[in-house]
Amino acid sequence: MLALLVPHLPEFIKNFIDGLLEPTMYFVLSVVGFWAMIQFRSFWTRGWFIGGFFAFAIVFYFWSLTDENFKLIVGKPDNVPITILFFSLAFLLWVAFRKMVINDRLIDKGLPTFEHREASRRVYCWPDLIYTEFLAMILCTVLLLVWAYYLKAPLEEPASLVKTPNPSKAPWYFLGLQEMLVYYDPWLAGVVFPTFIINGLMAIPYIDMNPKGNGYYTFKERRFAISTFLFGFIVLWVTLIILGTFLRGPNWNFFGPYAYWDPHKVESLNNVNLAEYVYLEWLGRALPSNILLRELPGFLTVIAYFAVLPPLLANLVFRKMYRDLGFIRYQTMVFFLLCMAALPLKMVLRWTVNLKYIVAIPEYFFNI
Amino acid sequence: MSLMKFITDSQIWKSIFRHKYPDNPRDQALAVLSNVFLHLHPIKVRKSGVRMSFTWCMGGLTFFLFLVETITGVLLMFYYRPVVEYAYNDIKALRDHVPIGIMRELHRWGAHLMVITVWLHMLRVFLTGSYKPPREFNWNVGVILLVLTLLLSFTGYLLPWDQLAIWAITVGTNMARATPLMGHEGPGAAFIQLGDVSLVTAGSDVRFGLLGSKTVGAATLLRFYVLHCIAVPLGAGLLIAVHFWRVRKDGGISGPM
Ligand code: HEM
Repeated sequence: MLALLVPHLPEFIKNFIDGLLEPTMYFVLSVVGFWAMIQFRSFWTRGWFIGGFFAFAIVFYFWSLTDENFKLIVGKPDNVPITILFFSLAFLLWVAFRKMVINDRLIDKGLPTFEHREASRRVYCWPDLIYTEFLAMILCTVLLLVWAYYLKAPLEEPASLVKTPNPSKAPWYFLGLQEMLVYYDPWLAGVVFPTFIINGLMAIPYIDMNPKGNGYYTFKERRFAISTFLFGFIVLWVTLIILGTFLRGPNWNFFGPYAYWDPHKVESLNNVNLAEYVYLEWLGRALPSNILLRELPGFLTVIAYFAVLPPLLANLVFRKMYRDLGFIRYQTMVFFLLCMAALPLKMVLRWTVNLKYIVAIPEYFFNI
Repeated sequence: MSLMKFITDSQIWKSIFRHKYPDNPRDQALAVLSNVFLHLHPIKVRKSGVRMSFTWCMGGLTFFLFLVETITGVLLMFYYRPVVEYAYNDIKALRDHVPIGIMRELHRWGAHLMVITVWLHMLRVFLTGSYKPPREFNWNVGVILLVLTLLLSFTGYLLPWDQLAIWAITVGTNMARATPLMGHEGPGAAFIQLGDVSLVTAGSDVRFGLLGSKTVGAATLLRFYVLHCIAVPLGAGLLIAVHFWRVRKDGGISGPM
C-alpha cells in the first residue's frame, strides 16, 4: 500500500550502482571503506554521523525495496538476518570506535580512560546488572515476537535431489566460505581455511603479547591487532557474506543489487594456471609431462610464500614484533596472517592476470 | 498495601524468598546469593563492566537465545518426526493448521539471531582485549561455543526437509568430499590404499560418516536430528557452564587492572 505512494527508485541510480559493481569493484570498495573507517575514526564517530548514516541507509534501503529484483533477494525470509547483522554491526562499530577515540585522547593527555575511572567502583549486581539484563531480554523478546508474527518461516517444495536449484547456496552464515570457492578449491575453501580460521582464533590470546588494552576500549595501543582482526571479520567475512548472498545469482555469476537474475548470463572464463604461464609463455616450450616438474614453479611459489616471506618480514616490517614475540609466536602469527592474506592475494591475481591455480594437479585433487 | 503485606508475611512467601525487598545492601546481596539462577553473578561488579555500552549485553543475549531455542525446540519436537515420509508434512501442518502459529518462526529467527549475537559478542570481547591474560582459556571455550552455535544452526537447517533444506546441506557438506586424505575427492586420498583397493571412497569417507549415506537422505535426516536436538545442545550447555564459571573465576567481566 505504502509502495504506491512512494516513487520508485530512479532507473539511473539503479543503473549506476549495477554498472559500477562487479566482484573486483565490490571488493576494492569494501577495502577502501575499511581503510577509511580506520583512518577517519575521529571524524565519523561523532554523534550526528551515525544519525545521518542510519537515516540515509534506512531510507535508501526501503526505497530500494520498490525494486522487484532487490526485494526478491534481500526480502527473502532467510536473508533478513543479514540486514539485521549489517545494521547492528554498523551501530556497534560506531559505539566501539567512539569509545576508542575518546579513550585514546585521554591516554594522550595522560589521563585515566573511561573504564579506568569506573573500574575501582563496585556496584551491587542487584539492581544494576540484573535490571540491564532483564531489559535486554525483554527487548530481545519483543523483537523476536514481532519478527515471528510478521514474517513466516520459509517452506519450499518437498526435498528432491533431482531438482537442483540454481544457484544452490549454503545457509547465509557460510556464504563467505562459498564465495571463497571462486578462488580456491573445496579442499582449501571448505576444509583447510575454515580449520585455520578456528585455529587462528584460538591462537590469538597466545600470540598477542601486548599487555595494554586489556579491559578497556583503545585503538592506539593495539593498532595492529585491531586492524587485522577487523579486516578479517568485516572485509573477509561479513562483506563476503553479503556478496555471496545478495549479489551471486545463477551459476554463481555476479549480479548488481537491482539486476534481474538471468540464468543464461554467460561469463567467459579464460583463466590460466601458473605452470602454463611459466612454460608456455615465458619459456616458450611445452608443458613437461612429469607432474612434479610441471608444477615446480607453483611449489616454489608456495614454499617461498610460507618459508621465505616470514623471515623477510621479520627483518623488514615486523622487527619490533619479532623481538617481542620470539620465534615460535612470531611464526604462528605470521603463518595465520599469510593464510588470511592468501584470499585477497589470489583475488587480485585472478583479476589482474587471470591466474587460475598456482599449483594445479587435478589428477590428485591438489590445486592451490 | 495491606494485601501485599499479607502475602509477603505469609509462610508460603517466606518459604520461597529468604530476604526482604532488595533496596538495601544486605538484601541486595541476599537476592543474588539465595537464588540459584541469579547467583551465577557475583554480589558486586565493576561499574565499568555493567555498562551496556561496554559489553553490548551480547554474551547474555546469546545465552538467552539459547534458552529460547531450547524451549521452542522442545515444543516443536512434540510435532515433528525425523523421518523422510513425515518430516515435511509435519512442518507443513504447523503452518497450515495452527492459527497464529509462531513457534517455528520463533525458533528459526531465534537461531539466526543467535548466530549474529555470538559473532558480535566475540567482536566485543576482542575489541575490549578481554581475551588477554587471565582470560585466554575462556576465549578458547568461546571459540568452541561459536563452532557449536554454527553447527546447531546448520544441523537444524535440514530438518524441514524442503528444497531449501536439502540443498543448503548438500552444498555445505559437499566440502567434506575434499577433505585432505579423508575425503574421496580430497588431495592425497588416492594414496590411501590397501594393495589395489582404495580405502577412501564415496562410501567410506568423512562425508559418508557425516551423512550416513552417499547423498543427503533418510540417514542424514535422522543423524542431523539427533545431533541437533541432543548431542550439540548438550555439548553447548556443558561448555556454557564452563564459560560462565570461568568468567567468574577469571575475575568477572574484564576491566582495566
Ligand atoms: C554460546 C555462545 C556464548 C555464550 C552464551 C557466551 C556468554 C558469555 C557471557 C554471558 C559473558 C559475560 C560478559 C558478556 O556478556 O559479555 C561472556 C564473557 C566472555 N566470553 Fe562468551 N559467550 C559465548 C561465546 C563466546 C565466544 C564465541 C567467545 C570468543 C571467541 C567468547 C569469549 C568470552 C570471553 C573471553 C569472555 C570474558 C569477557 C570479559 O571478561 O569481559 N564467548 N560470555
